Amino acid sequence: MALKLECRNDALLVWVNGDFDLVSAAEFRQKVDTALEDQRPRHLIVNMSRMTFMDSSGLGVLLGRLKLIQNRKGRMFLTGVRPEVLKVLNLSGIIPLLQITKTEDEAMALLRKGAVK
Amino acid sequence: MNRDKLKMNSVMMTMQSKAVNVGLARSMVAALASQCDAVTVNALEELKVAVSEAVSNAIIHGYENQEDKQLILRADLLEDGILIAVEDEGVGIANIAQAMEPSYSQDPERMGLGFAFMQSFTDRLEVESAPGRGTTVRMFKYFCQGDQKNACQA
Ligand SMILES: Nc1ncnc2c1ncn2[C@@H]1O[C@H](COP(=O)(O)OP(=O)(O)OP(=O)(O)O)[C@@H](O)[C@H]1O
Ligand SMILES: [Mg+2]
Repeated sequence: MALKLECRNDALLVWVNGDFDLVSAAEFRQKVDTALEDQRPRHLIVNMSRMTFMDSSGLGVLLGRLKLIQNRKGRMFLTGVRPEVLKVLNLSGIIPLLQITKTEDEAMALLRKGAVK
Repeated sequence: MNRDKLKMNSVMMTMQSKAVNVGLARSMVAALASQCDAVTVNALEELKVAVSEAVSNAIIHGYENQEDKQLILRADLLEDGILIAVEDEGVGIANIAQAMEPSYSQDPERMGLGFAFMQSFTDRLEVESAPGRGTTVRMFKYFCQGDQKNACQA
């Protein structure tokens, strides 16, 4: 897996490439938590359009970051989720707690408009 | 899980209990299952999640993240599906029914969804375990959902 992180306005954008499992979940947690601490963005946008696989280790780390974002009254977005990954997300019950959009631009636009639940 | 079915192929792998081997286990099982033309993309995706959960559990819980232990992955390709067994010689599970409940986890950082995924994504799940004597998880998955006529031609 490869990770890319970037802060844009008030949001941290993360791109996840490849399989999101025990190995990559640990890397995701470490890098994202460091960025959340250092740069203090309020929102988190995870681009999953290149995430080819996810299991409960990946899910657990996403849920953990959701809690951090909720603590700072921010919003969390998952964008470009593939069908095979969506199936796992659906079973987890995590979906009502966050926002799913097609692209990160859509997520950024929603944040600008303040049009998020 | 004794099944009177023709075995088309079988693989047994001994792996070190390292996180990187979770992906290896997924790839091996998916490659083996793909030897059967009847297998659907959907079934392969689900099989990968189930294997990932069982092997991750063996490493994280069974061996408490010690990397120098051994676990065994067996995969038998049958006429109409695949039989998987993941064996560790780790700490074992005292209360199997409780461990298999959705949302149960001994780790507050985890969601306790591993067994729930294995259950949802395979057609049969059996867990054999005792404290101090390790854990064996056995799963069977049909290649095609609800269509057992589509047998393996491999
Ligand atoms: N191989 C194993 N050896 C010892 N204990 C295990 C093993 N597999 C599972 N368990 C126990 O069963 C519990 C439930 O497992 P399950 O996979 O459902 O959830 P989890 O691993 O805790 O969380 P998640 O899978 O969502 O990351 C674990 O917390 C652990 O206590
Ligand atoms: Mg688990």
